[in-house]
Amino acid sequence: MTGPVIGPVTGVELGILGQLGLVLVGVVVAVTVPPAVRSRASGSVSVLLGAAGAATGAAALAGREGVVELPTSLPLGHVALQATPLGGFFMLVAGGVGLVAALYGIGAGHGPSTSRTFCAAFPVFLGALQMVPAAGDAVSFLVAWEVMAVASTVLVLAEHAARAEVRSAASWYAAMTHLSFVLLLLGFAVLAGTGGGTDWASLSRVDPGSPSASVAFVLLAAGFATKAGVVPVHVWLPRAHPAAPSQVSAVMSAAMVKMGVYGVLLVTLRLLPGGPSWWGTALLGAGAVSAVYGILQASVATDLKRLLAYSTTENIGLMFLAAGTGLMLRAHQVTPAADAAIVACLLLVASHAAFKAALFLATGSVVHASGERDLDRMGGLGARLPVTGLAFGVGALGAAALPVTAGFVAEWALLQAVIHGARPEDRLVAVIMPIAVTVVALTAGLALLTFVKAYGIAFLARPRSDGAAAAVESSGSMQTAMISAAVAVVALGVAPGALTRAASSAAGVEPGSATLTGVDLSGVGASLEPLALLVAGALALAVVGAVSAAGRRQRRPVELSWGCGGVRADPRMQYTATSYAEPLARVFDDALRPERDVVITHAAESRYLVERVQFRQQVVDLMETRLYHPGLRLVDRAGTAGRRLQNGSIHRYLGYSFLALVAVLLVVTL
Amino acid sequence: MSGSEAGVNLPALTVALSQVVVLVVLSPLVIGLMRTVRARLEGRVGGGLGQPFRDVRKLLAKEPIRAKGTSWLSVAGPLVLMASSLVVCALMPLLGTVTFDRMPDDLFVVVSVLLLGTVAVALVGLDAGTAFGGMGSSRHMTIAALVEPTVLLAVYALSIPVGSSVLSRIVAARLEDPTSVFSPVSLLALLALAIAVVAETGRLPVDNPATHLELTMVHEAMVLESSGRDLAWLELGSWLRLGALLGLLATLLAPWGVVTEVSAPGLLLAALALSVKLTVAATLLATVEVFVAKVRLFRVPELLAGSFVLAFLAVTASYLVAPG
Repeated sequence: MTGPVIGPVTGVELGILGQLGLVLVGVVVAVTVPPAVRSRASGSVSVLLGAAGAATGAAALAGREGVVELPTSLPLGHVALQATPLGGFFMLVAGGVGLVAALYGIGAGHGPSTSRTFCAAFPVFLGALQMVPAAGDAVSFLVAWEVMAVASTVLVLAEHAARAEVRSAASWYAAMTHLSFVLLLLGFAVLAGTGGGTDWASLSRVDPGSPSASVAFVLLAAGFATKAGVVPVHVWLPRAHPAAPSQVSAVMSAAMVKMGVYGVLLVTLRLLPGGPSWWGTALLGAGAVSAVYGILQASVATDLKRLLAYSTTENIGLMFLAAGTGLMLRAHQVTPAADAAIVACLLLVASHAAFKAALFLATGSVVHASGERDLDRMGGLGARLPVTGLAFGVGALGAAALPVTAGFVAEWALLQAVIHGARPEDRLVAVIMPIAVTVVALTAGLALLTFVKAYGIAFLARPRSDGAAAAVESSGSMQTAMISAAVAVVALGVAPGALTRAASSAAGVEPGSATLTGVDLSGVGASLEPLALLVAGALALAVVGAVSAAGRRQRRPVELSWGCGGVRADPRMQYTATSYAEPLARVFDDALRPERDVVITHAAESRYLVERVQFRQQVVDLMETRLYHPGLRLVDRAGTAGRRLQNGSIHRYLGYSFLALVAVLLVVTL
Repeated sequence: MSGSEAGVNLPALTVALSQVVVLVVLSPLVIGLMRTVRARLEGRVGGGLGQPFRDVRKLLAKEPIRAKGTSWLSVAGPLVLMASSLVVCALMPLLGTVTFDRMPDDLFVVVSVLLLGTVAVALVGLDAGTAFGGMGSSRHMTIAALVEPTVLLAVYALSIPVGSSVLSRIVAARLEDPTSVFSPVSLLALLALAIAVVAETGRLPVDNPATHLELTMVHEAMVLESSGRDLAWLELGSWLRLGALLGLLATLLAPWGVVTEVSAPGLLLAALALSVKLTVAATLLATVEVFVAKVRLFRVPELLAGSFVLAFLAVTASYLVAPG
């Protein structure tokens, strides 16, 4: 399959070829190896594949170059794979996530996720994911994109036999991901038609100010937004993530949706740099809506994976907001703040990859151990699953953007970029920037509540179901994978200097960071050293701990917590995820419109005595019911009407053939 | 500031440590003062200024109780709150604008450290698995989530004239040009920040710290299950937050007394100035608290929305009236 390579092979080329080779090996291993060791063998190949992707990405980021050209039998020419710093950054992220997820998959292997199909599709998915940012022209990009989409659809379908909702989720996912593909195809076609070629160099010959560039931008941005899960084209995310096995959800959420962000940056930074200001404003607006809507839905969600899926929409929204801010400010010549915003966007990408991988893998471990996905039925898992609890806790800290995690650094950088962006002379910018700060702040506040709820309800207090009470910690490789993701969350937060430098070189801006542990956004005059903060916190903790421990009395264990004079402790007395978010659901009643069912059964003796109260609450996605259902109903009605054309009568069919013939003859003669 | 090559930045360390010591002494006094003022205005005698100290001493000596089923968080949460409050005290420029090079007192960072303490208390509330703890935790986080936009927007408004969100630079600029304190932009931002501080520290009308009715509690409901030294840290930690935030408001409104160069008499004077500012602020807050009632929980968002509008006005106004 690998074609002739001209000249000496560079490290990056070797890395790209190695990844393609490993995909082949992975497929062969999955098909040939017996089921007993299949998961282990195939998982090991995928771990290597992820590592190769991460190494190649890191080399490309360091400025190494390399082009691999593969001949194809397609009439479109060869497939060119080329590593650039921007692509390298995303390849590094995808490879890192893939490595951890594959490691997790080795231990999680049971039932459908050890099937031949699943084991073959996983390396294909990872390989395609890592090749998307390496694509050197529109054709290779679309090929890798489509392979990625198809392989991930297969993986989402893994558990279709056991759970009915998986099939509907996969249909939604397949439809949306192909909508994205069609939009991209159209967008690239417009650019290729104007630029006169399909390689990036020809596409970038299009004048960014021309109408065709704007048409292409709208099509491409819509396509990438669909893949990234931006509101209102996010509907597949909260369905596909709960349906897929956890290691697949982790790769999809932590790495695959980022390809949408990569696409947007590719178009706006590399192919059409210097586009009009409204491009940035549009991205910013879409991002702001996604961020707030996503986190609002996440804060009232009770299915843990659905909660994480909506949180992905939120984070993607923040990335779009950062990228949009950068583009808009560039168009208004506020270069330092614009550069900082784009670096913040890439920091958000890396930090989200780390904490979302930790969260999804830990959630998988919870589901594996307790059989529960519903937060309302969890509780007390911290004592039963200590490693999972730790990984989830660290991931939740990152998602809530608290110090000292990667999420904190990324959000800080974004806020710094935004507050230094506005200039009095640009009235539009001067109004948009405070709105952006508000969106980031509201999102951060709601994320705090969401993840306190997720961690507190699931891991603290007493179990709310038998499954949660009987949970047992998962296998060694799963624990290793979760902990490595959690370590990445903290490491990127404590020593963000290297990451910031990598992000700067990927974005092609002046590297601001001077040290390993500090972030220095020199353009906007802001610096941060989380390590110093960590040291200060540790010192304070040590002092308080020492005072606490100095010859004080032992804790006395008691059977019952006080509970203001309660005489028994029933797990049903505890707050649940639903009740925890109830005040918030009430505050945002107009935006969420939760459906509540309260059934009160009165005692037979008196209407004033209540025997039991049943409460059920369901929050439906308003975008789905208001936007998609009318459209789907319309299509359904058109289909039903179209059935009348086909009533089985041979006379009618003969008539159709005759009319068709006449039409063809008419067209030919005209 | 330059030169941390020696490893330790001695002036900044002195300022940070003295701020911690001064606030640890002053914050319980502030609480004592507020309780006494309220008591006198309501016609009671009250416990006196030193009562909070006596409470903490008693709690530290008492035997803590640990209910079955609680996790490590019931022990660690109070310590984390206390540590976060101490770091906030060390970071804020309440006595001097001399800060560490590598750890500037960036307001965004200060807010995040505060939130770390908020989260720790909220988790302590959930840990025991009682109805009231969860209730308090849920309300507390809802309020914290809604306060966040106001706080960050007010920070943004304050940062515009200086071009930086570093607190010591904001205070230093105010020291240099005292008239800037009374510009409409600054007053709007401070008013918004004041409402946010009241909500964040759980004072009336958002939360009644003196309540004995569990159903109306927010902060108190979360600490119901803690006892002994755990409770002592939770109390002292939240007092420190109140002291630091009130001190910040007072310093932003009246920056006089804050030193820019470290010297022993200067610091002493600054500590004195801070105690005067805190006394005035605490007396004012306590007096206002006598005359207002706690609002319903679902009216709190309206209050916060109001303060958010003020902060938003402050930001936009600063662009419209800013020179050039």
